[in-house]
Amino acid sequence: MAVLVFADHDNTALKDNTHKTVTAALALSGDVDVLVAGKGVAGVAAEAAKIAGVRKVLTAESDALGHQIAEALAACVVPLMANYEALLVPATSVGKNFAPRVAAALDTAPISEIIEVVDGSTFVRPIYAGNALETVSSADAKKVITVRPTAFKAAAEGGSASVSAVDPGPGAPKTRFISEELVKSDRPELAAAKIVVSGGRAMGSAEEFQRVIEPLADKLGAAVGASRAAVDAGYAPNDYQVGQTGKVVAPQLYVAIGISGAIQHLAGMKDSKVIVAINKDADAPIFQVADYGLVADYKAAVPDLMTALDTVKA
Amino acid sequence: MKILVPVKRVLDYNVKARVKSDQSGVDLANVKMAMNPFCEIAVEEAVRLKEKGLAEEIVAVSVGPTPAQETIRTALAMGADRGLLIQTDADPEPLAVAKMLKAVVEAEGPSLVIMGKQAIDGDNNAVGQMLAALLDWPQATFASKVELSAGSVRVTREVDGGLQTLELDLPAVVTADLRLNEPRYASLPNIMKAKKKTIDIKSPDDFGGLAVAHLTVKKVTEPPKRTAGVKVETAAELVSKLKTEAGVI
Ligand SMILES: Cc1cc2nc3c(=O)[nH]c(=O)nc-3n(C[C@H](O)[C@H](O)[C@H](O)COP(=O)(O)OP(=O)(O)OC[C@H]3O[C@@H](n4cnc5c(N)ncnc54)[C@H](O)[C@@H]3O)c2cc1C
Ligand SMILES: Nc1ncnc2c1ncn2[C@@H]1O[C@H](COP(=O)(O)O)[C@@H](O)[C@H]1O
Repeated sequence: MAVLVFADHDNTALKDNTHKTVTAALALSGDVDVLVAGKGVAGVAAEAAKIAGVRKVLTAESDALGHQIAEALAACVVPLMANYEALLVPATSVGKNFAPRVAAALDTAPISEIIEVVDGSTFVRPIYAGNALETVSSADAKKVITVRPTAFKAAAEGGSASVSAVDPGPGAPKTRFISEELVKSDRPELAAAKIVVSGGRAMGSAEEFQRVIEPLADKLGAAVGASRAAVDAGYAPNDYQVGQTGKVVAPQLYVAIGISGAIQHLAGMKDSKVIVAINKDADAPIFQVADYGLVADYKAAVPDLMTALDTVKA
Repeated sequence: MKILVPVKRVLDYNVKARVKSDQSGVDLANVKMAMNPFCEIAVEEAVRLKEKGLAEEIVAVSVGPTPAQETIRTALAMGADRGLLIQTDADPEPLAVAKMLKAVVEAEGPSLVIMGKQAIDGDNNAVGQMLAALLDWPQATFASKVELSAGSVRVTREVDGGLQTLELDLPAVVTADLRLNEPRYASLPNIMKAKKKTIDIKSPDDFGGLAVAHLTVKKVTEPPKRTAGVKVETAAELVSKLKTEAGVI
């Protein structure tokens, strides 16, 4: 069987989620192609061609694809599926948005956020905010699957696949792109960072969040995350939210500061290698998953931590 | 204009899901059930659009067992006008739900469907997108702002990296994210009023049937448990453990 992987990119750079999804695809088949759909994506396609194990790279370009509009992506991918038995899509906001559309058009039941490939038709996926794992098997001839990137290792570089263009499809005649506000940051991307420092409701204000969380993240070379409570209160931008319905992260080190550890938050970070929690409440549920817990007021603990990090690095 | 709001009855978000010992699923016997939180947000948004005079009628629809009537009743108490229960104990997969909702849309003729982005039981995040595809309607998922006009709707969406704003021709499907609004608590008078509103009870066969399942759940298991680690006394001790014991900094 042949598998099509949908590439995650921003029209400029290929993202690591693609390499991880290729790994999941290679567990299904040796014939793995990658689709780069966007606008002005020659550079991205060249990067995708270097992923080891990729047979060929397809590119599709239009304005609507450049904005990753779901209707346009689905209209482009559905005809391509004549040549494939499975579509694997990284479970990003783009992937989650369009993959079910493709599934419906193919009369296939989509399988969301798999974390394991058991065999060609059986997969494991978290349900109930990760409090249960479902092993599900699909009877569909063509499978449409989103892949949780944190559950798979990135495929190596070293390939030299061919690149060819395919029909971008009709675009999205009933949907108009109006605008986009992307948060600019020099820090590593949350979903891919090796270290994540997250702040919760305890911060109390956006100023405090910036004063406490960001310098610590900078010192550790970390990405910044937040609980829903911190995001809802406007202390941090919405795309910082870690959890069941935010980003799922699995860094080497996750530092939770002033976060209680609600199941919805744990769903997004409990697969981190090492978890540190700083919370003044010794009974906070976060301590049940933390490898290292510090029961303290963050106002004293974080400055101490900054100093201790300076000492150890010196 | 008419707005259709699909709502799902799920395990209350405050209750921790427990896996049954025979690995057949999550234990839902004698546990608190509630409207899926994202569906509540969808109902709230529809009610606000009606309160602004932008919609005339809100129909809440659920596919589920008899007690899903309570979920619909909650929507009615929040301000929906009438309810429709497609009654089944089968727990149909998202594709089957989307197909039945398509038949409901064809029967009801709404200009807008607002629904949750995700049901917090199956965490599929799929029905809205599939419904839009089956209807060949445009979609805006993960909405944090909805501005409705005569022939179109402008939606700000929460995406990785920030926000995106789209404009869709109506009819369209919008799925609600957490920050679209804060759902109201139904007031006592409104709960009383909701008791008089009608809920039609239908069967899946009235809307195309359940069809054969595409997916089979082989087993449901507990995730590997993380064991609680150690408490450290000071930040200095923490840093030294992270360096020498864990090797992560
Ligand atoms: C449908 C749904 C989806 C959700 N999705 C998510 C999600 O994706 N991500 C998410 O995070 N949440 C999510 N939630 C919300 C979740 O249930 C919790 O409400 C939220 O995670 C709480 O955030 P918090 O820990 O920052 O706040 P709180 O629970 O209020 O915890 C604050 C913590 O800070 C501690 N604290 C206070 N002051 C100090 C101090 N000076 N020093 C040290 N510690 C201090 C307190 O002891 C407390 O433990 C969701 C909820 C629902 C209903
Ligand atoms: N059984 C159901 N009855 C009514 N609406 C549903 C049902 N299942 C899912 N939905 C709707 O689809 C949304 C997304 O669900 P899901 O794709 O299953 O995560 C939910 O928030 C509901 O609005």
